[in-house]
Amino acid sequence: MKKIKETTRRDFIKLSAQATAFLAIGFSSKASNELVKLANKTALGIELNPYILINELGKVTLFNARPDMGQGTFQALPLLIAEELEVRLDQVDIQMSDGSGKFGSQLSGGSSSVKTRWIPMRTAGAAAKEMLVQTAANRWNVSVSDCYAKEGAVYKKGSSVKLGYGDLVEEASKLPVPAQPRLKAHSEFTQIGKSIPRPDVPSKVDGTAVFGMDVQVPGMLYASLVHSPTIYGKVKSFSAEKSMAVKGVRFVVKTERNFYHGPFPTDAFKAKAKTEAVAVVADSYWAALKGKKLVEVNWSTEGAETTSTDEFFLRANEAAKKEGAEYKDAKVGDVSKAFAISEKLIQAQYQTPFLAHAAMEPVNATVYVQDDSVEVWAPVQGPDALVEELATYLGIKKEKVKINVTFLGGAFGRKAYYDFVLEAAHISKQVNAPVKLIWTREEDMQQGPYRPGMISAMKGGLDEKGNILGFEHKLVGASIMTSVFKFDMTGKSDPWAGEGINLEDSPYAFPSRRNSFEYVAPNLPMLWWRSVYASTNLFGHESFVDELAHAAKKDPLDVRMSLLEKSPRFIAVLKKLAQISNYRAKRAKGLGIGIAIARSFSSIAAHAFEVEKNGKGIRMKEVFSVIDCGTPVNPANIIAQVQSNIVYGLTATIKNEIRVVKGQVQNSNFNDYPVLRQGEIPKMTVHVMESTDVPGGVGEPGLPPVAPALCNAIFNLTGTRIRTLPFDLEQIG
Amino acid sequence: MAIYNLQVNTKKHRVDVDTDTPLLWVIRDEIGYKGTKFGCGLGLCGACTVLLNGQAIRSCSTPVSSLKAGDKVLTIEGLSADVTHPVQKAWIEAQVPQCGYCQSGQVLAAAALLATNSNPSDAEIDMAMAGNICRCGTYQKMREAVHSAAKNLQTKKS
Repeated sequence: MKKIKETTRRDFIKLSAQATAFLAIGFSSKASNELVKLANKTALGIELNPYILINELGKVTLFNARPDMGQGTFQALPLLIAEELEVRLDQVDIQMSDGSGKFGSQLSGGSSSVKTRWIPMRTAGAAAKEMLVQTAANRWNVSVSDCYAKEGAVYKKGSSVKLGYGDLVEEASKLPVPAQPRLKAHSEFTQIGKSIPRPDVPSKVDGTAVFGMDVQVPGMLYASLVHSPTIYGKVKSFSAEKSMAVKGVRFVVKTERNFYHGPFPTDAFKAKAKTEAVAVVADSYWAALKGKKLVEVNWSTEGAETTSTDEFFLRANEAAKKEGAEYKDAKVGDVSKAFAISEKLIQAQYQTPFLAHAAMEPVNATVYVQDDSVEVWAPVQGPDALVEELATYLGIKKEKVKINVTFLGGAFGRKAYYDFVLEAAHISKQVNAPVKLIWTREEDMQQGPYRPGMISAMKGGLDEKGNILGFEHKLVGASIMTSVFKFDMTGKSDPWAGEGINLEDSPYAFPSRRNSFEYVAPNLPMLWWRSVYASTNLFGHESFVDELAHAAKKDPLDVRMSLLEKSPRFIAVLKKLAQISNYRAKRAKGLGIGIAIARSFSSIAAHAFEVEKNGKGIRMKEVFSVIDCGTPVNPANIIAQVQSNIVYGLTATIKNEIRVVKGQVQNSNFNDYPVLRQGEIPKMTVHVMESTDVPGGVGEPGLPPVAPALCNAIFNLTGTRIRTLPFDLEQIG
Repeated sequence: MAIYNLQVNTKKHRVDVDTDTPLLWVIRDEIGYKGTKFGCGLGLCGACTVLLNGQAIRSCSTPVSSLKAGDKVLTIEGLSADVTHPVQKAWIEAQVPQCGYCQSGQVLAAAALLATNSNPSDAEIDMAMAGNICRCGTYQKMREAVHSAAKNLQTKKS
C-alpha cells in the first residue's frame, strides 16, 4: 500500500467519470432516490474514478470500492475494469478503497455493486486503455486504428512490435481523458461471462486473508462490552473493582452506543438515540472477557418490561384489521369493487419473525482516535458512510478519518450499520490507545438490530370460473425507515417496505390490486437483512398466489404463466424452471413439488422444491433454481450466490426466530438460534439464464422465493398450508 | 499465569498465559496465527477448529492447561507450506469459500476426515463436518470438494 502511494503522483491516470455516486443501500431505485433525499448519507458529486494505478514496470493495481463480504465484489468490480483495460485479472493487484470521497459511493448493499458500477467501471478501464493506445500510436507515428491492446501491452497490428503499459503510462497520463470511450460489445468480452477464479480464494483456504478480527495494530488494547440486558438500557452505576483485579485488565469505563444522531423529529427518537454500556479494556481479549463477567452494573431499563415479540405480534394482528396506508404506485383498479362482485373471497395472514444476521464473524472494529483524527480497521460494508458518521460523531474533518476495509466474515446487512465502530471510537478516545472491540456471539444475537417482524395480510377474490378479480397485500409491522432514518411511518406507506411486491417486481396482471402498509412499533432496533423486505413480503405474496390457484382448482404454474403473460423474462424463467425440475411429470406418491418466483434487486429468481414424506415430517429432496440477473458476469459465482441464498433463506424458514420477553432477547448463541448445517441442505441445481441485458443484483435475489416455494411444495404434498415462520420440518405433514 | 511450551505447526512456542486461556486466544494473540477464528466461544460453530494430534477440536473451548506434553497442534497455517494440501487444492478448484471466515475450520475438518477415511460417503462427510457452520451456505460445494480431494488422494496413492 505504501509503495503504491509513493508512486501515485507520477503513475496515476486520472479518469473523468460519470457522476453516478448515489446511496445504494437502496432497493428499488425509487426507494434509493428517496433515501438519498432523506438520509443524505453519501456525498453526491463528481467522482474522479481513481481506480487504476500502473507503475513503470507495468504492474496494474485496481481499486475495489465495494467491500467483499462473500458476495464476490473483490473480483467482480476489478474484472469490469480489467475487461476494458485489456489486462487479465490474474495480472493485477487488487486493493480496497478507503472511504474517501474520490471513490464515490462505496456501499456493498442492495445487491447494487455490479448493477450500478457496470458502466462506470468499464468506462474507467476503456478510457485508460484508449490513452495507452493513443500514446503508443503517437510513438510509432501510426493511427490508433493500427494498434490494439492485449494483456497489458499495446501491439502494432500485423507485427510483433509492442509496448508494455509500464512504458506508456507516464506519457499517457498527460493526455486528455476520453469522455466517452468505446465500450466493448458483449461478443468481444474475453473475461466477463466466464467463471474466472476469485483472487481472494487461496487466501481463504490458507488462513492469510485478513478479516477485521485479525487486525493487529502496535500498542493495541482489546475491549469487551457489558451491554444492557434490554438493549435500550442506561447505566445507573457500576463497580469495576473485581474486574480491575483481573490480570491484564487496564481500564473499565462507561461508554455509549449510538443508534442514530440528531436532530430528532420527536422525543421518542431522542430517547432511543443512545444507550450506555461498560467497556473492559485489557492487554488480551481473554482478559477483557474475564473482566467483563466481573463488572457489576446497575441498569436503568425503564420501559423495557413490556417489550416482547409475542406482544408485538398481538398488536400487529390487531393492526392488520385496519385499512393500511395505500401504495399509490401499486394501485390497479378498485379492489373493493372486485371483492364485492367476487364469487369467492379468500383471506389469509402470513407471519415472518424478527431475525439476527448472525454472520460468522461477530461484529468488531479496531479504532484509534488521536486529537483531531481517527483511523479505523474494520469489516464494514460502506466505508464512505462511516467516514461521514465518524467525522460528525467526533467533530473532526472528513479528511482526518481513515478507514482500512478488511475482508468481511459475512455481514448480510449488519455491517452497514456502524454502531460498533462508534463504540470502539468512544472507548479509544477515553483510553488514548488503539482499541480492538469484539462483540461476543451472545451480544451479536441479543443486541440487534434485527430484521423487522412482519405480517402479510392477504385477500383475494375469484369469479365463478376461478379467475382472480382482486388481489390485496397489506404489510403490517416494523419500519427500517423509522429505526435507521428516524422517519415516523405511522399512517404512512413506508416507501421502502413495498419492495418485491410493487408492480415492477411483481407484474402479475391482476385486474385490481392494492398494496398497503400499517406501521407497528417494535420497540427494538431494526435493520436491513439480506434481501430486506423482499425476504418477508414474498412469503405471503407467493404463498397466497398458490392459495388462490388451489381455490380456483388450477395448477399454480399455469396460473402464474397466465398472469405473467406480458412479462417475457418471468415467463422464460418459469419455463426453464418447469423444464429443469421436471415440474409437469407425474410424481410418485409421497413426493410433492412447489414453486415460487420473485423479482428483487432487478433480478428474477425462481425455485422449485421437491419434498418427500419423512416419518412424521418432511424432507427436502431437491431444489431447482433459475436466475435471470441480466448479463452473467461470473456464472460460477452467481450459482454460488443462489446456493448461498437458498441456505440462508432456508435457515430463516425452518430454524431462526428472535424472541424477546420483557425486553430481553431469549436467544444467545447457535444452540438456541440454530442455523442450517452440513447434512441439512437439499441437493441444489441452479440454472443461470443467458442474457445481454444490464446486470441485476446477485447477492440477494435468490432468497425471497425460498420460503414460499418450500411451503408451496409442502402444501402440494400434504395439504397443510404453512403461514407462520419458522416451522419445524420434522413436525409437518 | 503459567508457562506452556506448545508444539504448534512446526515450531515450539513458549507462552506465559492464564491457565484457563482457551487455546484459540493463545494461538491467535500470543503466537500470532490469525487463521483460526473466533465465532461463538462455546464450541458450537467450528470456526476455531484446529487439529490436536490429528483430531479436529474446538480451540475456543479447549483451555491451554488441558494440553499434555507432546501434544501437537496443527492450525491452517501449518497444513501446507504453499497451499498444496489436497483439501486446499480441491477447495480452490471448486471455489468453495465465499466470505471465507469459517473456511480454515472447514478445511481442517475435511483434512482430519480424509486422514482416517480416504473415501467418505456423503453421510460420512455430513457427520464429520456437522460441527462447522457456514452462514454463506457453501455446504454443497464443500461436499463436492471433499469428494474430489479424496479422489485426488487415491490417484496419488495408486
